[in-house]
Amino acid sequence: MPAEKLAFDFSVSGTLCLNLSGEWVIPAGMPSLKEVSRQFSIRTDIKRIIFTIATDFKWDSAFIAFLISLASECQHRKIDLSIDGLPQLAQKLFAITAKLRQPLIVRPALQEKFLERVGERTLQVRAGAVSVLSFLGEIAFAFMKMFSGKAYFRWEDFILITRRCGVDALGLVSLISILVGMILAFIGAIQLRIFGAQIYIADIVGIAMVRVMGAVMTAVLISGRTGASFAAELGIMQTNEEIDALKTFGINPVEFLVLPRVLALVIMMPLLTIYADLMGILGGFIISIGMLGLNPVEYWNHTQAAIKLNTIWIGLIHGFVFGIIVAICGCLRGMNCERSAEGVGIATTSAVVSAITNIVIATAIITYVCQVIGV
Amino acid sequence: MAETVIEVRNLDLGYGDLPVMRNLNFSVRKGEVFVVMGTSGCGKSTLLKSLIGLKEPQRGDVLYCGKNFWLASETELEKIIRSFGVLYQGGALWSSLTLGENVALPLQLYSDLSEEQIKELVALKLSLVRLSGYADFYPGELSGGMRKRGGLARALALDPEIVFFDEPSSGLDPLSAKMLDDLILELRDILGVTVVVVTHELASIFAIGDNAILLDAESKTMIAQGPPKDLLASSRDGRVIKFLTRGVK
Ligand SMILES: Nc1ncnc2c1ncn2[C@@H]1O[C@H](COP(=O)(O)OP(=O)(O)OP(=O)(O)O)[C@@H](O)[C@H]1O
Ligand SMILES: [Mg+2]
Repeated sequence: MPAEKLAFDFSVSGTLCLNLSGEWVIPAGMPSLKEVSRQFSIRTDIKRIIFTIATDFKWDSAFIAFLISLASECQHRKIDLSIDGLPQLAQKLFAITAKLRQPLIVRPALQEKFLERVGERTLQVRAGAVSVLSFLGEIAFAFMKMFSGKAYFRWEDFILITRRCGVDALGLVSLISILVGMILAFIGAIQLRIFGAQIYIADIVGIAMVRVMGAVMTAVLISGRTGASFAAELGIMQTNEEIDALKTFGINPVEFLVLPRVLALVIMMPLLTIYADLMGILGGFIISIGMLGLNPVEYWNHTQAAIKLNTIWIGLIHGFVFGIIVAICGCLRGMNCERSAEGVGIATTSAVVSAITNIVIATAIITYVCQVIGV
Repeated sequence: MAETVIEVRNLDLGYGDLPVMRNLNFSVRKGEVFVVMGTSGCGKSTLLKSLIGLKEPQRGDVLYCGKNFWLASETELEKIIRSFGVLYQGGALWSSLTLGENVALPLQLYSDLSEEQIKELVALKLSLVRLSGYADFYPGELSGGMRKRGGLARALALDPEIVFFDEPSSGLDPLSAKMLDDLILELRDILGVTVVVVTHELASIFAIGDNAILLDAESKTMIAQGPPKDLLASSRDGRVIKFLTRGVK
């Protein structure tokens, strides 16, 4: 019981003697200051506090912290605190730390008012838009420099990044695309069976995958996989001052870090899209032949007939646009990352969220444009 | 003579096939400032890592008050770990917590103190490292030296018996470095802690070191042991004198 560590003795009038015993240490815990202050309100005649300690009394810095809060309470109530009865070392530590004690400094950021915050956010929206535009401009400029052979571009990096975001993602893309193809085939089968037109599953799966589903699914996967890793990599480089180090050597970080990443994804995304299309068709094929009992040759002929060259082009355009979106969202968030572990987390999250949002918006726009021009 | 708190016996360190140090033997006594010296890359940080349990040695033993660190049972190990605090090279404060929360976290985990008492104790530790009042600041809002002292306050949170310092003065200006040295001596004198310092700052070595060992990269072992001033005055080994005089002699 912590309470037994503290006993009160009022034998001298006007004086409260605190009898301390047992362990007043961090692991063991100690009585609350309230137990002492309660005595103050019961006995209003207390003018002075003294200490006596038992032989088994043990203390560490937690006891000193207790003393300090007791001292400020005493000062408040104009009670004299005499620490002569305490161990020498405790007296010394108390004296030192009491002197060093200073009031809390209020962090400037905490004083922000609500309206100020609203204003701040509003200004940030504009600044954010400007930074996105200038980043796009820098990338465009870097591309032009690259084509004229003047950019500082490391092909080793490019090849490594291409492999990481392309070949290394094949397993994941295969799995998801085959499943999506299977799901499409199942859903189609339920409806088409009513009309005895099950063979048209081949058309549905083929067109849906090649025109948009393959590209969208791949883009969502790659934004979670590669876009997030771009943001985290660049974010940590920003935190470690690696990007500052590039700048001080006169190396443009956009050319050095962003360009290979954007280029790699812009090239790999259409390729991954074609791969995902094929895997999706395979998924539909498996279900149609294996479970619905369709004729494989007939299925293949239907698929071939359904997919026009235009459909393939539209799918590739989707992939190309999504590649740009995912790479730029990842790199932009990474480059603008705040210099802390938390900042890297925020950058990664917002890279994925903004990439997926923009993918959906871009899909809507492309679909609408195709509708208008009639392809 | 004061009791031995850390004893190192026949310790071999290395990474895979790469040997770093061989056959280290030394002991650290209670209440002293023990300095591990050596040139850059000789293996000081590696030795520190194996003393604090982050890297298993390839051979040999590390004993804390007679208990073998790498063979200790779970409960013994927890007791040993709680008896020491570590100040990492950059402070290593957790960036998502305020300075106060950084110091409070180990207290919340390992003590029965109330929130009020923890707050008071945190204020005390911060005032010990001359950061009184900065409890609500995030590490990102502090200077490098302040972060280091904040890391020290956190290392002191549980009133450790031993405090390890990895290069306390690196990256600090001479006055801040001196301040940290003074803090180290104050800790030893007032709190009675044993201090193990890894450093190659000569000024610090002579100002605070009660005892020292010198690691040598070439021979991959320790080549001197004793109080730094005695080593300078009486060592006959040219390598030791060269290190302690910056190659002047
Ligand atoms: N993770 C690691 N893997 C392989 N080798 C390592 C690793 N860390 C360090 N080393 C090697 O071990 C040796 C000792 O490194 P250590 O970091 O202990 O040096 P140090 O004495 O602390 O140097 P400094 O004073 O520069 O900090 C070096 O040769 C280094 O190359
Ligand atoms: Mg080191």
